Amino acid sequence: MFQVAMLGILVTMLIALIAAVRGPTVFDRILAINMFGTKTVLLIAVSGFLTGRPEWLDLALVYALVNFIGSIAVLKFVRFGNLARDDEGSAS
Amino acid sequence: MISILDIVSWVSLIAGSIFCIIGATGLLRMPDFWTRTHAAGVTDTMGAGLILVGLMFQAGLSLVAVKLVMILVFLYIAGPTAGHALYRAAHGYGVPMGESTVGIRSPEGGDDDSH
Repeated sequence: MFQVAMLGILVTMLIALIAAVRGPTVFDRILAINMFGTKTVLLIAVSGFLTGRPEWLDLALVYALVNFIGSIAVLKFVRFGNLARDDEGSAS
Repeated sequence: MISILDIVSWVSLIAGSIFCIIGATGLLRMPDFWTRTHAAGVTDTMGAGLILVGLMFQAGLSLVAVKLVMILVFLYIAGPTAGHALYRAAHGYGVPMGESTVGIRSPEGGDDDSH
């Protein structure tokens, strides 16, 4: 059954990549890449159970943290064009 | 020889995979950005939740289940937060609505909140 779940997650990641390449605006691409990162967390967790080494869940947890920070960083870069701005008041 | 926990775990895993594929299909086929966000939300909540719950049934009461609960709680907090930041940025940028979405609202007239 882990193989079936892994196949479903891989198909989802492939479709998310297609949507990221095809998306007309940058926000569609960020949405698809955010979904791709969430599915990567699930893929690492399921593959850890598939190979009998659930210790990979630590990697999945770290990847979830990095994915969230990465999404916020890309959004801030798109919004302000600069990662060093501190608040919205000084931007634009 | 197949226990109830295994059956529940397999049903959860397969249902989660189906929700993931449904959400990804919606991401491809929905007409504009604002409807695509609904499809992405399905995979973040039902897909990830059901797959992680299915893995929890496999893990039993152990440290692995605690790690799975931590991943699930973090995904449920971080996913909507990143999504809200994304939608707010897109709303401020002025991403247009699709023709079909606007066409449904237009006969009502007046109440147009698509700034």
